[in-house]
Amino acid sequence: MTIERADIEKLAELARIEINEATIAETTQSIADVLALVDQLQAADTEGVEPMAHPTDAIQRLRADEVTEINHREEFQAIAPATEAGLYLVPKVID
Amino acid sequence: MNDSIMHNKTIAEIIAGLEAGEFTSVEITQHYLKRIKQLDRKYNSYITVNETSALAQAEAADQRRAKGNAPAFCGVPIAHKDIFCTNGIRTSCGSKMLDNFVPPYDATVVENFANAGAVVLGKTNMDEFAMGSSNETSFYGPVKNPWNINTVPGGSSGGSAAAIAAHLAPGATATDTGGSIRQPAALCGITGLKPTYGRVSRWGMIAFASSLDQGGPMARTAEDCALMLNVMASFDPKDSTSIDREVPDYTTNLNQSLNGLKIGIPREYFEEGLNPGTEQAVKNALAELEKQGATLVSISLPHTKLAVPAYYVIAPAEASANLSRFDGVRYGHRCEDPKDLRDMYMRTRAEGFGEEVKRRILVGAYCLSAGYYDAYYRKAQQVRRLIKQDFVDAFEKVDVIMGPTSPSPAFEFGSKGSDPVAMYLEDIYTIATNLAGLPGMSAPCGFVDNKPVGLQIIGNYFDESRMLNVAHQFQLATGWHKRSPEGLELEEAK
Repeated sequence: MTIERADIEKLAELARIEINEATIAETTQSIADVLALVDQLQAADTEGVEPMAHPTDAIQRLRADEVTEINHREEFQAIAPATEAGLYLVPKVID
Repeated sequence: MNDSIMHNKTIAEIIAGLEAGEFTSVEITQHYLKRIKQLDRKYNSYITVNETSALAQAEAADQRRAKGNAPAFCGVPIAHKDIFCTNGIRTSCGSKMLDNFVPPYDATVVENFANAGAVVLGKTNMDEFAMGSSNETSFYGPVKNPWNINTVPGGSSGGSAAAIAAHLAPGATATDTGGSIRQPAALCGITGLKPTYGRVSRWGMIAFASSLDQGGPMARTAEDCALMLNVMASFDPKDSTSIDREVPDYTTNLNQSLNGLKIGIPREYFEEGLNPGTEQAVKNALAELEKQGATLVSISLPHTKLAVPAYYVIAPAEASANLSRFDGVRYGHRCEDPKDLRDMYMRTRAEGFGEEVKRRILVGAYCLSAGYYDAYYRKAQQVRRLIKQDFVDAFEKVDVIMGPTSPSPAFEFGSKGSDPVAMYLEDIYTIATNLAGLPGMSAPCGFVDNKPVGLQIIGNYFDESRMLNVAHQFQLATGWHKRSPEGLELEEAK
């Protein structure tokens, strides 16, 4: 599997990480190195093997539908970059 | 009490000393704080030192003890890896992204130690978001290995390991996603244990790869790790992957004989790439265990070579999802003057994350993207089951599995170059146990060129007691864990 500059630009957009023009060649190369490593998986015979998502195949516990958390809004918003009147502020989305 | 020997005490000895009134928690806490202030300039093992509140906690612990109701760790100073959220104390995860993050709550592990009366000296340095095997990815600069400051301490829990090796904490919490407890423990000549997945709560532990991450103890001895695991392990309803199973007293079996113990020796852990000095030290350790009545059984873990490739699909994929929460909206770094929401996300994350973290997020995004999911993620999950099955088959025949923790002793800064894969192979012997969810530990077993070597002990699910028993018996018979690097004395004491 070869990976090119355009692929990295697409991934950067998906991951919402701006890629510096000066380092994009280096980033492409290092990601190609990692993908070459993981491509070793393709040689493994996994016919009929069930994918394993959890080490002990545990399933999610259910709990009673009860309120357990109290309101922490003030504490949580005290560490936010920008808030106003209990709301988180971000740049304008709709004109 | 002679100050100069207080920091040579193990946790078990500190508990005994506090109980006997040989010294107070305030005294030992002050002593450690003074050492950190003077010596940590050299090692950089702490990101945040908790001077004021540590002393307050120590005073409270001394009062509690005076009233006769001292819990297990009453007044014992420890450090927390800076991945565990601490209420009111900055928790950076080694990243610029969280340089200003002061959590409004404690992780369950932190709460467990607080309930046990422990004093928190500070937060230890680490690879950024626990992604690294050398501590070189920390935003706060690399930690230096106390055995040789030109070499790395290992990672990601390099700060916890170096702080213990330099006697700047008697024990510390740590986390292990692909070897991050065991490999730095090996490289710094200390003891560390990654428990069975689900044994220690992940609540409040900043997530890297959720199906692999597990917290555990680091200390100088197996006995101390057992004491710490007694506090750390708990069922936690707040962690949906926490396992509801009784926590045994991990010190109970420490003194059992190893007579009749069957030790599996995987062929694949002694093949090319293993440093000959490391190999010799591990073989000497195995011979010592044979002397104690253990039997060595040659085994095979045939899918070993696929562990690193499978890990570098699964861990980045989970990381790319977990780290999407760092968006500059609710906490942490936000870029200056964003022109719109997209620009805010793109620049906040470009500025806040370091190169290795970005690389793993991009690899993860690739493996999960449309058209590639089956070829990468699904395939890696299938291989994960094959790797687990190797261990399940092996544990039909043996009680524990042993080999080297890492392929070579501590390497020099920058020596792994720009190819990330060279660094990834550092965890070749540790990663498979994370994929399988098994417990693993590392204990000092010798030296190569005055650099420590670690013996890895892998146990069956929830068999931490037996692993600690084996390591403790080994430590009773050998002195490797008692060696300390040079240069640990305070200036005035010289």
